[in-house]
Amino acid sequence: MAPNRVSPDIQAGRLPADQYADNFDDLHEPLDRHEAVVEADRCYFCYDAPCQTACPTSIDIPMFIRQISTGNANGAARTIFDQNILGGMCARVCPTETLCEEVCVREVAEGKPVKIGLLQRYATDHFLETAEQHPYERAAPTGKSVAIVGAGPAGLSCAHALARHGHDVTIFEAREKAGGLNEHGIAAYKTTENFAQREVDFITGIGGIAIRNGMALGRDVTLDDLVAGHDAVFLGMGLPGVNDLGLEGDDADNCIDAVAYIEKLRQTDDLSALPVGRNIVVIGGGMTAIDVAVQTKLLGAETVTICYRRGPEQMNASQYEQEVAQTHGVTIRHWLQPQALVRNDDGAVTGITLEYTAMNGKLSGTGETVTLDADQVFKAIGQKPVEGLFGGVSLDLSGGRIFTDDDRRTSHDKVWAGGDCIAGGEDLTVVAVEDGKIAAASIHKRLTG
Amino acid sequence: MADLHTNFLGVSSPNPFWLASAPPTDKQYNVERAFEAGWGGVVWKTLGEAGPPVVNVNGPRYGAIWGPDRRLLGLNNIELITDRDLEVNLREIETVKKNWPDRAMIVSLMVPCEEEPWKNILASVEQTGADAVELNFGCPHGMSERGMGSAVGQVPEYIEMVARWCKQHSDLPVIVKLTPNITDIRKPAEAAKRGGADAVSLINTINSIVSVDLDSYSPVPSIDGKGSHGGYCGPAVKPIALSMVSEIARHPETHGMPISGIGGIQTWRDAAEYIALGCGTVQVCTAAMTYGFKIVQEMIAGLEAWMDEKGHATIEDFRGMAVPNVTDWQYLNLNYVTKARINQDLCISCGRCHIACEDTSHQAITNMVDGVRKFEVIDEECVGCNLCVNVCPVDDCITMEQISGTDPRTGKPIDPDYGNWTEHPNNPSVQREAAE
Repeated sequence: MAPNRVSPDIQAGRLPADQYADNFDDLHEPLDRHEAVVEADRCYFCYDAPCQTACPTSIDIPMFIRQISTGNANGAARTIFDQNILGGMCARVCPTETLCEEVCVREVAEGKPVKIGLLQRYATDHFLETAEQHPYERAAPTGKSVAIVGAGPAGLSCAHALARHGHDVTIFEAREKAGGLNEHGIAAYKTTENFAQREVDFITGIGGIAIRNGMALGRDVTLDDLVAGHDAVFLGMGLPGVNDLGLEGDDADNCIDAVAYIEKLRQTDDLSALPVGRNIVVIGGGMTAIDVAVQTKLLGAETVTICYRRGPEQMNASQYEQEVAQTHGVTIRHWLQPQALVRNDDGAVTGITLEYTAMNGKLSGTGETVTLDADQVFKAIGQKPVEGLFGGVSLDLSGGRIFTDDDRRTSHDKVWAGGDCIAGGEDLTVVAVEDGKIAAASIHKRLTG
Repeated sequence: MADLHTNFLGVSSPNPFWLASAPPTDKQYNVERAFEAGWGGVVWKTLGEAGPPVVNVNGPRYGAIWGPDRRLLGLNNIELITDRDLEVNLREIETVKKNWPDRAMIVSLMVPCEEEPWKNILASVEQTGADAVELNFGCPHGMSERGMGSAVGQVPEYIEMVARWCKQHSDLPVIVKLTPNITDIRKPAEAAKRGGADAVSLINTINSIVSVDLDSYSPVPSIDGKGSHGGYCGPAVKPIALSMVSEIARHPETHGMPISGIGGIQTWRDAAEYIALGCGTVQVCTAAMTYGFKIVQEMIAGLEAWMDEKGHATIEDFRGMAVPNVTDWQYLNLNYVTKARINQDLCISCGRCHIACEDTSHQAITNMVDGVRKFEVIDEECVGCNLCVNVCPVDDCITMEQISGTDPRTGKPIDPDYGNWTEHPNNPSVQREAAE
């Protein structure tokens, strides 16, 4: 070890000041008008299009692409918003490579799908930049009020649809800003130029939606009160808890919850002021693992290693996302599970010992270990519900998450739920949007039926 | 190696690729660049009478339609004949012909429909050493308002009259360039032949407005808010031109008359198609104006390669080979029964064949088989129309296959022998004969 090496080596400002903006710029350059028209021409306008079937929100993809090709970008955006009012964010964060683009017939034919995500971004950006008014008009007020918990994708989607029907919506949001994971949990280079907030403004632009920030369920407001004070309640608070490694030293300052770190990164005004380790180990195999790994690399970490206890096929992060990480210089190591944190006399983590794993019927350690230097260890091994949020209201759960039927109704007559907090979902923005949409339709039916 | 050399009306050129009378052939500078690039000949941009030359608009002269990547598909123009002095043009023609004696030098002409102007200009052209003249009876814009261009080409009597003057007053071979802006292209071709013309060239440009500006409501190209129809050319017009060429090539009155083919020729393949329909040379403009003169090298190399592959030693070996296969609808074999066949290994399941057939045609292609997305032809419904082939985005995925035995659609046996409409029992005239 070099004599001047501080341990653990965690510093802000590892990069020249002008490097940060470049590093955290759009991961994928948006298409310009001509590029969009040329790309749109690659779409075959399929009948019963596989892309549309694969989209959790069933956007009429061939139609919006055709509208782009004829110069009607705002009409294309309207086609998108008809099915998915968060179409702008989904264009940025959807794993299109495992949804619409995976089944694009041009993927089948030549391994090069139509760039549906980028085209969707082109249309929705065009709308947000040029349209002078909200695309939808509110129906006459119904006098009904709906409480929504969480201003993330599920809650916003639900709120918009209900407001459009003329209901009054109040969203109770624990954080100081709306947007949920779009604002706090997704890599910065996927949603540049404050897009999450611009999208919140766009959605609430329909009117009839009040957002009350700093109002956490179970802390500042109870479900009992919401049920009593509103005609219906929609729960879309996500998964506020995070899983721990379950190792001694887990609570060290430099053994960090990846979600919290990303949130800090997303909310900071000055990326160069954000401390980052020289050698980073990320534990996990999902999108949060990828997002924290790539972003710490972009903050100037020297080595970033993701360790995942199973193989590449089992990672929740798609093959494409894994490649994005690797392209950015992140090393992904498979078949390694955390065994012990290496700590110095001050209790700070300086490394992590991992045990090799193998599938012998079930996943088990082989006994062989490896120890990696780590100035920071990031925990990205999943989020979990927090218990005791519902006060006196009883809701059926499934695997710790809220149980809902096909209409996203919970076991309580006046409560619906959607997004990451319900059982059976895929923890994707686009799925949360669809949950909110379905719940809104069901709530509307109930309130007006 | 195939020999591309052509002899058209006794005019020799090293290959059949000529530049059509148009902006690329308006000056010595351009034409010599073309010859350096390899073009076999040029038709010099149309000369008018001596005296003050015509003037062009000073705003845009061209309009276009494009594919999505701005690939130019069709071009229109409102440019007139040469706006340079006649003397300058004649001097340059003479110089270029001297510099490039092995290339064809044809001079396009357009003067008022009177004998003297034609006599005068022919005499001037003869002195340049040019190989032939082409009478511009085709331009549909501007000059036609002054009784020239297509105003002549639309009146067979005028064509015959002027062609006759030209043959009387000059020994130069005479090519009559025809306008497509007419109902039956055979009539002006017959007139040209009656007047003694040696050949026809076609097509000149088609009356066109390429688009309307939806902000100013002006046709494009817009000259100070107004537009006038122009002449349309480029790849989009090729099918129209091929049909007109074929009409002249197979018409008994004009069959065998030399034809120089024009209209949307971009590649060697386009050229080969024109030649197969009887053309002795082809003329190109839009492709050169889009990509520059170098494209002729692809045309030469491609045509040579194809001729070698087919075993055609010279242009004459395949010229006109498609002409006997152009016929009237009534003679098409109604006992030729085809069904679409979809190659499931190539199919990418876009469903375009299905929806085209389902919505607009014969409901003869499935979209679901045993609950699985699958596109199969239903022979009982398929009329063999070929629409599915044309809308399929994959090469050779759907093909038309001739069947024999019983047609599943009609349930009737297929007559193995040729049979056409003239003998078909549903033909009213056949019914009448049977009754008599």
